[in-house]
Amino acid sequence: MSYQFPDERGHFGEYGGRYVAETLMPALLELEEAYNAVKDDPCFREEFEYYLKNYVGRPSPLYFAQRLTEELGGAKIYLKREDLNHTGAHKVNNTVGQILLARRMGKKKVIAETGAGQHGVATATVAALFGMECEIFMGKEDIRRQALNVFRMKLLGAKVHECTSGTATLKDAMNDALRHWVTHVRDTFYVIGTVAGPHPYPQLVRDFQSVIGEEAKVQLQEAEGRLPDAAIACIGGGSNAMGTFYPFIKDRSVRLIGVEAAGLGVDTDKHAASISAGAPGVLHGNKTYLLQDEDGQINHAHSISAGLDYPGVGPEHAHLQDIGRAEYVSITDDEALEAFQKLTRIEGIIPALESAHAIAEVMKLAPTLPKEQVLLVCLSGRGDKDIHTVADAMNVDL
Amino acid sequence: MTRIETTFAALKKKQETALIPFLTAGDPDITTTAKLIRTLAENGADLIELGVPFSDPMADGPTIQAASERALAAGTTVEKVLQLVAEVRTDCQVPLVLMGYYNPVFRYGVERFATAAAAAGVDGLLLVDLPPEEAGEISGVLKKAGIAMITLLAPTTPPERMQRLAAAAEGYLYYVSMTGVTGTQKITPDDIRAAVENIQGMTEVPVGVGFGITTAEDAKAVGEFADGVVVGSALVKIIADNAGSDQLLPRVATFITELKQGLLA
Repeated sequence: MSYQFPDERGHFGEYGGRYVAETLMPALLELEEAYNAVKDDPCFREEFEYYLKNYVGRPSPLYFAQRLTEELGGAKIYLKREDLNHTGAHKVNNTVGQILLARRMGKKKVIAETGAGQHGVATATVAALFGMECEIFMGKEDIRRQALNVFRMKLLGAKVHECTSGTATLKDAMNDALRHWVTHVRDTFYVIGTVAGPHPYPQLVRDFQSVIGEEAKVQLQEAEGRLPDAAIACIGGGSNAMGTFYPFIKDRSVRLIGVEAAGLGVDTDKHAASISAGAPGVLHGNKTYLLQDEDGQINHAHSISAGLDYPGVGPEHAHLQDIGRAEYVSITDDEALEAFQKLTRIEGIIPALESAHAIAEVMKLAPTLPKEQVLLVCLSGRGDKDIHTVADAMNVDL
Repeated sequence: MTRIETTFAALKKKQETALIPFLTAGDPDITTTAKLIRTLAENGADLIELGVPFSDPMADGPTIQAASERALAAGTTVEKVLQLVAEVRTDCQVPLVLMGYYNPVFRYGVERFATAAAAAGVDGLLLVDLPPEEAGEISGVLKKAGIAMITLLAPTTPPERMQRLAAAAEGYLYYVSMTGVTGTQKITPDDIRAAVENIQGMTEVPVGVGFGITTAEDAKAVGEFADGVVVGSALVKIIADNAGSDQLLPRVATFITELKQGLLA
């Protein structure tokens, strides 16, 4: 199958694009040009791979979750251990890539939005590594939920801006980051944390995160001598999922399953399942599926996991949904909490609440499949940051 | 000629600069907005930019963000904004340009919107997050409906791109006076002058300047060289401060009169 996206205008089918104010257009065109210049440059690849290996700790292990597999009694479950990366999640793959690119472009300052704080920490970390000024935009509500990550960012030398507009979560942090960028566009590089935003961000974040799927493909070949039957990953904006899926897109036998956050249920008004329950629209520089009302106003998203609490999704996922190449399902807060506890007890791995959504889908799917089938699951991050949220949900007072 | 063209042509003959106030439709409510539009038109506004509120106004500073939130809380929708325009049009012929973000228009349906907006009496549309690269899906239907697509130019726009956008402009060009969001910084008219005169050399279409013009003094300084000055946040702030008071319309009338006098002097 041929799959060449985005097209030269930055579109994935009818999604994606560059829906931004004129002030930012030249910066995006400059970024596209800079990225096109480095993406096939062996020196840049080498530098990127050097830091992934020696700083991030890649390749991350592909771990056969034997006890979980036995417990569920169906398909074999392999976990791609992004939780073991430096800073504890897949986010750092992308921030290393983008900050190396920012350096090539001569930018000295970086900004980023963050929801759970993982992308903020990953950006602040790499900014510290290269001695760059760093400012992070985070919703007031998320600052409350993720106090530990806020302190980590400050220790790393970043300035954290509290965003109070709208719902005071990831969407509003992105609005404020865009407002800051429009004001300081000449000397500032915006490190977007997911496969959303204006072109070329969805493409370059996907490319930097594709190391997840590329490694897993090789590792699974070594372990099982074959491709997985399905690749499963959670989706907020969708960067760990895109990084997991992309190297398998042309392998038609591999089911690609994205797991959205159903919050209290997709039939309630408290969820974050943009593909399962949203409609096409334009926000944050791209056309994609959005949670919105009849009048095109963006609805509030809800998920117990701050990293999935976003009313949109990357445009390439919207496209994969429409062409039927990937399937999108959703998992509720309660199901994710149950999966969180199960993986912790059975495998001794405390997953991030985001990743627990993928595990919850595996718990549903694996028992329905024969034992010779193989599931590849992206364990996108570790759960240390979520301990307080989980304790709250379990009515435990720490 | 369209209402926008007629207005600028008449001003040019008198060697006057267009005064273009911006206000958010539905702030504090739709009925008041209708009164405000008439007050503005009667006291010196040559063209009015009417903001269509959006939940995520990424190019706006705190003043217009808050106005959008108030308008949405008051139940403002695209449909109601179009009804408002139709109602105002019964006795007021000031050119009206709807300004906002793409999603509410996209969701309404691009063709349905163009037809309804033209029928209501909308003259132009300015969508902050729809650059020419993405405007193909709407520009054709707007042209057919006789609605001008207003293009933004920014201080960061490179010369070659500026030339291209200016050549394709309709209605008027909107030059964003600074890199930033609306209403947050003081402008430096001398820097803007060079850019605006440069653009004027590229096109026959009038050039308006906005973002950051807050006082009669600013308006006068920019009016020296621009074909139009846009005043947004400063007016929105007066509306916010006087909403619900019987002083609202008189205060807005005084403000707009002073701005116009600054431009005439």
